[in-house]
Amino acid sequence: MGFSTIHWYRYASPQAFYPLAGTLAPLFLAIAMGLGLIGLFIAFFVAPTDFQQGEAYRIIFIHVPAAWMSMFIYLVMACWGAVGLALNARLSFMMAQALAPTGAMFTLVALVTGALWGKPMWGAWWVWDARLTSELILLFLYLGAMALHSAVDEPRRADKAFAVFALVGAINVPIIYFSVKWWNTLHQGASISLTKAPAMAAVMLWGMLILALACWAYSIGAAMLRVRCIIAEREREASWMNEMREAE
Amino acid sequence: MKARHKRFAFIAAGIAAVAIAATLVLNAFRSNLVFFYTPSQVANGEAPKGTSFRIGGLVEQGSLKRANNSLDAHFMVTDTAKRIEVVYSGILPDLFKEGKGVVAQGKLESDGLFHADQVLAKHDENYMPPEAAEALKKAGALNEKTGKSLVTTTEQAR
Repeated sequence: MGFSTIHWYRYASPQAFYPLAGTLAPLFLAIAMGLGLIGLFIAFFVAPTDFQQGEAYRIIFIHVPAAWMSMFIYLVMACWGAVGLALNARLSFMMAQALAPTGAMFTLVALVTGALWGKPMWGAWWVWDARLTSELILLFLYLGAMALHSAVDEPRRADKAFAVFALVGAINVPIIYFSVKWWNTLHQGASISLTKAPAMAAVMLWGMLILALACWAYSIGAAMLRVRCIIAEREREASWMNEMREAE
Repeated sequence: MKARHKRFAFIAAGIAAVAIAATLVLNAFRSNLVFFYTPSQVANGEAPKGTSFRIGGLVEQGSLKRANNSLDAHFMVTDTAKRIEVVYSGILPDLFKEGKGVVAQGKLESDGLFHADQVLAKHDENYMPPEAAEALKKAGALNEKTGKSLVTTTEQAR
Protein backbone atom coordinates (compact mmCIF):
# COMPACT_ATOMS: atom_id res chain seq x y z
CA MET A 1 0.00 0.00 0.00
CA GLY A 2 1.58 3.26 -1.14
CA PHE A 3 1.56 6.53 0.77
CA SER A 4 -1.10 8.08 -1.43
CA THR A 5 -3.43 5.08 -1.32
CA ILE A 6 -3.86 5.19 2.46
CA HIS A 7 -7.20 6.71 3.33
CA TRP A 8 -6.00 9.38 5.75
CA TYR A 9 -9.47 10.63 6.61
CA ARG A 10 -10.19 7.18 8.02
CA TYR A 11 -8.12 8.16 11.03
CA ALA A 12 -10.43 11.08 11.78
CA SER A 13 -12.76 8.57 13.41
CA PRO A 14 -12.00 7.69 17.02
CA GLN A 15 -12.61 4.03 16.23
CA ALA A 16 -9.81 3.90 13.65
CA PHE A 17 -7.47 6.16 15.58
CA TYR A 18 -7.70 4.29 18.87
CA PRO A 19 -5.50 1.31 17.84
CA LEU A 20 -3.16 3.58 15.82
CA ALA A 21 -2.56 5.75 18.90
CA GLY A 22 -1.89 2.55 20.82
CA THR A 23 0.94 1.57 18.46
CA LEU A 24 2.36 5.09 18.12
CA ALA A 25 2.49 5.91 21.85
CA PRO A 26 5.20 3.40 22.94
CA LEU A 27 7.17 4.17 19.77
CA PHE A 28 7.35 7.90 20.50
CA LEU A 29 7.98 7.35 24.20
CA ALA A 30 10.91 5.08 23.33
CA ILE A 31 12.31 7.74 20.97
CA ALA A 32 11.87 10.32 23.74
CA MET A 33 13.74 8.10 26.19
CA GLY A 34 16.65 7.49 23.77
CA LEU A 35 17.01 11.11 22.67
CA GLY A 36 16.57 12.30 26.25
CA LEU A 37 19.44 10.16 27.49
CA ILE A 38 21.71 11.26 24.63
CA GLY A 39 20.75 14.90 25.16
CA LEU A 40 21.29 14.79 28.92
CA PHE A 41 24.66 13.09 28.42
CA ILE A 42 25.74 15.91 26.08
CA ALA A 43 24.30 18.50 28.48
CA PHE A 44 26.12 17.27 31.56
CA PHE A 45 29.31 15.63 30.28
CA VAL A 46 30.13 16.87 26.78
CA ALA A 47 29.07 20.52 26.66
CA PRO A 48 31.71 22.96 27.95
CA THR A 49 31.19 25.33 30.87
CA ASP A 50 30.06 28.84 30.05
CA PHE A 51 32.48 31.78 30.15
CA GLN A 52 30.37 33.92 32.46
CA GLN A 53 27.78 31.67 34.12
CA GLY A 54 30.02 28.67 34.81
CA GLU A 55 28.20 25.38 35.42
CA ALA A 56 24.89 26.98 36.37
CA TYR A 57 24.06 27.71 32.73
CA ARG A 58 23.44 23.97 32.22
CA ILE A 59 19.88 24.50 33.43
CA ILE A 60 19.30 25.95 29.95
CA PHE A 61 19.19 22.39 28.57
CA ILE A 62 15.95 21.77 30.47
CA HIS A 63 14.63 25.33 30.63
CA VAL A 64 14.65 26.26 26.95
CA PRO A 65 13.19 23.01 25.51
CA ALA A 66 10.46 23.13 28.19
CA ALA A 67 9.68 26.77 27.39
CA TRP A 68 9.58 26.06 23.65
CA MET A 69 7.24 23.13 24.19
CA SER A 70 4.98 25.13 26.50
CA MET A 71 4.36 27.67 23.72
CA PHE A 72 4.32 25.22 20.81
CA ILE A 73 1.89 22.78 22.46
CA TYR A 74 -0.48 25.66 23.13
CA LEU A 75 -0.46 26.59 19.43
CA VAL A 76 -1.04 22.97 18.39
CA MET A 77 -3.84 22.71 20.93
CA ALA A 78 -5.48 25.87 19.59
CA CYS A 79 -5.13 24.56 16.00
CA TRP A 80 -6.84 21.29 16.92
CA GLY A 81 -9.57 23.38 18.54
CA ALA A 82 -9.99 25.45 15.36
CA VAL A 83 -10.11 22.34 13.17
CA GLY A 84 -12.63 20.80 15.56
CA LEU A 85 -14.85 23.87 15.45
CA ALA A 86 -14.70 24.23 11.67
CA LEU A 87 -15.05 20.57 10.67
CA ASN A 88 -17.08 19.50 13.70
CA ALA A 89 -14.64 16.62 14.19
CA ARG A 90 -14.79 14.94 17.58
CA LEU A 91 -11.27 13.55 17.41
CA SER A 92 -9.78 17.04 16.91
CA PHE A 93 -11.37 18.22 20.16
CA MET A 94 -10.10 15.10 21.89
CA MET A 95 -6.54 15.79 20.64
CA ALA A 96 -6.77 19.38 21.89
CA GLN A 97 -7.95 18.17 25.27
CA ALA A 98 -5.23 15.50 25.40
CA LEU A 99 -2.45 18.05 24.85
CA ALA A 100 -3.41 20.47 27.63
CA PRO A 101 -1.93 18.61 30.66
CA THR A 102 1.39 18.04 28.85
CA GLY A 103 1.55 21.71 27.92
CA ALA A 104 0.76 22.75 31.48
CA MET A 105 3.52 20.46 32.76
CA PHE A 106 6.12 21.96 30.41
CA THR A 107 5.02 25.48 31.40
CA LEU A 108 5.48 24.61 35.06
CA VAL A 109 8.90 23.08 34.32
CA ALA A 110 9.94 26.22 32.44
CA LEU A 111 8.78 28.47 35.31
CA VAL A 112 10.43 26.39 38.06
CA THR A 113 13.75 25.89 36.25
CA GLY A 114 13.68 29.59 35.38
CA ALA A 115 13.32 30.48 39.06
CA LEU A 116 16.14 28.11 40.00
CA TRP A 117 18.29 29.71 37.33
CA GLY A 118 17.27 33.27 38.15
CA LYS A 119 18.29 33.17 41.79
CA PRO A 120 22.02 32.47 41.26
CA MET A 121 22.37 34.48 38.02
CA TRP A 122 20.11 37.52 38.32
CA GLY A 123 19.86 37.54 42.09
CA ALA A 124 16.07 36.99 42.27
CA TRP A 125 13.76 33.95 42.08
CA TRP A 126 11.05 35.91 40.36
CA VAL A 127 10.58 39.35 38.82
CA TRP A 128 7.44 40.73 37.21
CA ASP A 129 8.96 41.42 33.81
CA ALA A 130 7.01 40.88 30.59
CA ARG A 131 8.53 37.49 29.72
CA LEU A 132 8.02 35.88 33.12
CA THR A 133 4.56 37.32 33.62
CA SER A 134 3.28 36.24 30.20
CA GLU A 135 4.63 32.72 30.76
CA LEU A 136 2.80 32.60 34.09
CA ILE A 137 -0.38 33.67 32.27
CA LEU A 138 0.21 30.75 29.88
CA LEU A 139 0.12 28.35 32.84
CA PHE A 140 -3.17 29.89 33.98
CA LEU A 141 -4.56 29.56 30.43
CA TYR A 142 -3.75 25.84 30.38
CA LEU A 143 -5.26 25.31 33.83
CA GLY A 144 -8.27 27.47 32.96
CA ALA A 145 -8.92 25.54 29.73
CA MET A 146 -8.77 22.22 31.57
CA ALA A 147 -11.00 23.51 34.37
CA LEU A 148 -13.50 24.87 31.83
CA HIS A 149 -13.70 21.50 30.07
CA SER A 150 -14.40 19.62 33.26
CA ALA A 151 -16.87 22.26 34.46
CA VAL A 152 -19.22 21.75 31.50
CA ASP A 153 -21.17 18.51 31.79
CA GLU A 154 -22.20 17.92 28.22
CA PRO A 155 -19.05 16.74 26.28
CA ARG A 156 -19.82 18.47 22.97
CA ARG A 157 -20.47 21.81 24.63
CA ALA A 158 -17.39 21.34 26.79
CA ASP A 159 -15.33 20.67 23.64
CA LYS A 160 -16.56 23.86 21.99
CA ALA A 161 -16.01 26.01 25.07
CA PHE A 162 -12.51 24.54 25.44
CA ALA A 163 -11.68 25.24 21.77
CA VAL A 164 -12.89 28.86 21.89
CA PHE A 165 -10.98 29.45 25.15
CA ALA A 166 -7.82 27.93 23.66
CA LEU A 167 -8.13 30.04 20.50
CA VAL A 168 -8.57 33.31 22.37
CA GLY A 169 -5.66 32.47 24.68
CA ALA A 170 -3.39 31.72 21.70
CA ILE A 171 -2.80 35.48 21.41
CA ASN A 172 -0.57 35.15 24.49
CA VAL A 173 1.96 32.94 22.68
CA PRO A 174 3.39 35.60 20.33
CA ILE A 175 3.38 37.99 23.31
CA ILE A 176 5.58 35.57 25.28
CA TYR A 177 7.88 34.98 22.34
CA PHE A 178 8.40 38.64 21.39
CA SER A 179 8.19 40.10 24.92
CA VAL A 180 11.98 40.30 25.18
CA LYS A 181 12.08 42.28 21.93
CA TRP A 182 9.14 44.61 22.47
CA TRP A 183 9.86 45.67 26.04
CA ASN A 184 12.75 46.12 28.44
CA THR A 185 12.94 42.87 30.37
CA LEU A 186 15.35 41.31 32.81
CA HIS A 187 15.11 38.11 30.79
CA GLN A 188 17.71 38.00 28.02
CA GLY A 189 16.83 37.80 24.35
CA ALA A 190 16.57 34.63 22.30
CA SER A 191 19.82 32.74 21.72
CA ILE A 192 18.26 30.71 18.92
CA SER A 193 16.09 32.25 16.25
CA LEU A 194 15.36 31.73 12.59
CA THR A 195 16.69 35.13 11.58
CA LYS A 196 20.23 35.05 12.98
CA ALA A 197 23.09 32.68 13.74
CA PRO A 198 22.74 30.97 17.13
CA ALA A 199 24.51 32.84 19.94
CA MET A 200 25.94 29.71 21.53
CA ALA A 201 28.68 27.16 20.98
CA ALA A 202 27.82 24.29 18.60
CA VAL A 203 27.98 21.48 21.21
CA MET A 204 25.67 23.38 23.55
CA LEU A 205 23.28 23.96 20.67
CA TRP A 206 23.25 20.27 19.71
CA GLY A 207 22.53 19.18 23.26
CA MET A 208 19.64 21.60 23.45
CA LEU A 209 18.17 20.63 20.07
CA ILE A 210 18.36 16.90 20.85
CA LEU A 211 16.60 17.50 24.17
CA ALA A 212 13.99 19.60 22.38
CA LEU A 213 13.36 16.69 19.99
CA ALA A 214 13.08 14.36 22.99
CA CYS A 215 10.44 16.70 24.45
CA TRP A 216 8.58 16.63 21.12
CA ALA A 217 8.57 12.84 21.05
CA TYR A 218 7.49 12.70 24.69
CA SER A 219 4.64 15.15 24.04
CA ILE A 220 3.36 13.11 21.09
CA GLY A 221 3.60 9.86 23.05
CA ALA A 222 1.89 11.31 26.12
CA ALA A 223 -0.86 12.88 23.99
CA MET A 224 -1.47 9.53 22.26
CA LEU A 225 -1.80 7.73 25.58
CA ARG A 226 -4.13 10.41 26.91
CA VAL A 227 -6.28 10.55 23.78
CA ARG A 228 -6.80 6.78 24.12
CA CYS A 229 -8.13 7.32 27.62
CA ILE A 230 -10.41 10.10 26.40
CA ILE A 231 -11.71 7.96 23.51
CA ALA A 232 -12.28 5.00 25.82
CA GLU A 233 -14.22 7.19 28.22
CA ARG A 234 -16.34 8.99 25.63
CA GLU A 235 -17.07 5.97 23.45
CA ARG A 236 -17.75 3.56 26.28
CA GLU A 237 -21.32 3.09 25.01
CA ALA A 238 -20.27 2.57 21.38
CA SER A 239 -20.67 -0.89 19.92
CA TRP A 240 -17.11 -1.07 18.51
CA MET A 241 -15.68 -0.41 21.96
CA ASN A 242 -17.75 -3.22 23.48
CA GLU A 243 -16.81 -5.60 20.66
CA MET A 244 -13.15 -4.79 21.13
CA ARG A 245 -13.41 -5.31 24.86
CA GLU A 246 -15.06 -8.69 24.31
CA ALA A 247 -12.44 -9.70 21.75
CA GLU A 248 -9.75 -9.00 24.32
CA MET B 1 -19.44 28.65 0.39
CA LYS B 2 -19.77 25.43 2.31
CA ALA B 3 -20.71 25.44 5.96
CA ARG B 4 -17.23 24.42 7.09
CA HIS B 5 -15.64 27.21 5.04
CA LYS B 6 -17.97 29.64 6.71
CA ARG B 7 -16.96 28.33 10.12
CA PHE B 8 -13.28 28.62 9.17
CA ALA B 9 -13.80 32.22 8.05
CA PHE B 10 -15.69 32.93 11.27
CA ILE B 11 -12.83 31.53 13.38
CA ALA B 12 -10.23 33.48 11.38
CA ALA B 13 -12.22 36.70 11.81
CA GLY B 14 -12.55 36.01 15.53
CA ILE B 15 -8.80 35.47 15.95
CA ALA B 16 -8.08 38.64 13.96
CA ALA B 17 -10.44 40.64 16.18
CA VAL B 18 -8.80 39.33 19.35
CA ALA B 19 -5.34 40.05 17.92
CA ILE B 20 -6.28 43.65 17.11
CA ALA B 21 -7.79 44.13 20.56
CA ALA B 22 -4.65 42.73 22.19
CA THR B 23 -2.42 44.99 20.09
CA LEU B 24 -4.39 48.08 21.11
CA VAL B 25 -4.39 47.12 24.79
CA LEU B 26 -0.65 46.39 24.80
CA ASN B 27 0.00 49.71 23.05
CA ALA B 28 -2.05 51.54 25.66
CA PHE B 29 -0.10 49.89 28.48
CA ARG B 30 3.21 50.26 26.73
CA SER B 31 4.88 52.38 29.40
CA ASN B 32 3.55 50.18 32.23
CA LEU B 33 5.04 47.07 30.66
CA VAL B 34 8.58 48.43 30.81
CA PHE B 35 10.64 46.57 33.38
CA PHE B 36 13.34 49.20 33.62
CA TYR B 37 14.17 52.66 32.32
CA THR B 38 17.44 53.48 30.59
CA PRO B 39 19.57 56.41 31.83
CA SER B 40 18.57 58.36 28.69
CA GLN B 41 14.89 57.88 29.48
CA VAL B 42 15.54 59.08 33.04
CA ALA B 43 17.37 62.13 31.69
CA ASN B 44 14.37 62.89 29.45
CA GLY B 45 12.09 62.77 32.47
CA GLU B 46 10.22 59.66 31.32
CA ALA B 47 10.82 57.80 34.57
CA PRO B 48 8.34 58.24 37.43
CA LYS B 49 9.34 60.88 39.97
CA GLY B 50 9.12 60.49 43.71
CA THR B 51 8.44 56.75 43.58
CA SER B 52 10.53 53.66 43.23
CA PHE B 53 11.44 52.44 39.74
CA ARG B 54 14.13 50.38 38.02
CA ILE B 55 16.99 51.53 35.87
CA GLY B 56 18.91 49.27 33.54
CA GLY B 57 22.04 49.44 31.45
CA LEU B 58 25.69 48.51 31.57
CA VAL B 59 27.95 48.98 34.58
CA GLU B 60 30.49 51.51 33.34
CA GLN B 61 34.07 50.27 33.11
CA GLY B 62 36.18 51.44 36.06
CA SER B 63 33.25 53.03 37.89
CA LEU B 64 32.70 50.44 40.65
CA LYS B 65 33.88 51.59 44.08
CA ARG B 66 33.38 49.41 47.15
CA ALA B 67 33.74 50.63 50.72
CA ASN B 68 36.48 48.92 52.73
CA ASN B 69 34.53 48.10 55.88
CA SER B 70 30.92 47.85 54.71
CA LEU B 71 28.79 46.48 51.87
CA ASP B 72 28.33 49.94 50.33
CA ALA B 73 29.00 50.13 46.61
CA HIS B 74 29.02 53.01 44.11
CA PHE B 75 28.82 52.49 40.37
CA MET B 76 27.69 54.16 37.16
CA VAL B 77 24.92 52.70 35.01
CA THR B 78 25.25 53.74 31.38
CA ASP B 79 23.46 53.14 28.09
CA THR B 80 26.52 54.64 26.31
CA ALA B 81 24.65 57.96 25.88
CA LYS B 82 23.74 59.00 29.46
CA ARG B 83 24.81 57.71 32.87
CA ILE B 84 23.46 57.60 36.38
CA GLU B 85 25.38 57.12 39.60
CA VAL B 86 23.97 54.34 41.78
CA VAL B 87 24.58 53.74 45.48
CA TYR B 88 23.74 50.37 46.95
CA SER B 89 24.33 48.65 50.24
CA GLY B 90 24.13 44.89 50.05
CA ILE B 91 25.46 41.79 48.37
CA LEU B 92 25.90 42.17 44.63
CA PRO B 93 24.98 39.16 42.43
CA ASP B 94 27.81 36.95 41.14
CA LEU B 95 27.36 38.10 37.57
CA PHE B 96 27.64 41.77 38.54
CA LYS B 97 30.71 43.01 36.66
CA GLU B 98 31.94 46.17 35.05
CA GLY B 99 30.91 46.26 31.41
CA LYS B 100 28.02 43.86 32.04
CA GLY B 101 24.27 44.41 32.24
CA VAL B 102 22.53 45.43 35.45
CA VAL B 103 19.03 46.34 36.60
CA ALA B 104 18.69 48.28 39.86
CA GLN B 105 15.49 49.10 41.72
CA GLY B 106 15.33 52.16 43.91
CA LYS B 107 14.66 55.89 44.03
CA LEU B 108 16.27 58.89 42.44
CA GLU B 109 16.92 61.16 45.42
CA SER B 110 17.42 64.92 45.45
CA ASP B 111 21.19 64.43 45.74
CA GLY B 112 21.10 63.20 42.12
CA LEU B 113 22.12 59.69 43.14
CA PHE B 114 20.02 56.61 42.50
CA HIS B 115 19.59 54.86 45.88
CA ALA B 116 19.07 51.20 45.01
CA ASP B 117 17.52 48.66 47.34
CA GLN B 118 17.84 45.75 44.91
CA VAL B 119 20.47 45.09 42.26
CA LEU B 120 19.93 42.35 39.66
CA ALA B 121 22.42 41.19 37.05
CA LYS B 122 21.13 41.14 33.48
CA HIS B 123 23.14 38.71 31.42
CA ASP B 124 23.03 38.42 27.65
CA GLU B 125 22.01 35.54 25.41
CA ASN B 126 25.55 34.50 24.40
CA TYR B 127 26.86 31.18 25.65
CA MET B 128 30.35 29.89 24.89
CA PRO B 129 33.20 27.98 26.54
CA PRO B 130 35.80 30.09 28.41
CA GLU B 131 38.46 29.30 25.77
CA ALA B 132 36.28 30.76 23.02
CA ALA B 133 35.58 33.83 25.16
CA GLU B 134 39.34 34.17 25.73
CA ALA B 135 40.02 33.98 21.99
CA LEU B 136 37.34 36.59 21.31
CA LYS B 137 38.75 38.81 24.02
CA LYS B 138 42.19 38.65 22.45
CA ALA B 139 40.63 39.68 19.16
CA GLY B 140 38.92 42.51 21.04
CA ALA B 141 35.50 41.39 19.90
CA LEU B 142 34.02 40.00 23.12
CA ASN B 143 32.81 43.15 24.81
CA GLU B 144 31.61 44.39 21.48
CA LYS B 145 29.54 41.24 21.01
CA THR B 146 28.13 40.88 24.51
CA GLY B 147 27.80 44.61 25.13
CA LYS B 148 26.08 45.21 21.82
CA SER B 149 23.27 42.74 22.46
CA LEU B 150 22.42 44.49 25.71
CA VAL B 151 22.62 48.02 24.40
CA THR B 152 20.59 47.22 21.29
CA THR B 153 17.78 45.76 23.39
CA THR B 154 17.62 48.96 25.37
CA GLU B 155 17.78 51.01 22.19
CA GLN B 156 14.99 49.07 20.50
CA ALA B 157 12.82 49.62 23.51
CA ARG B 158 13.11 53.36 23.22
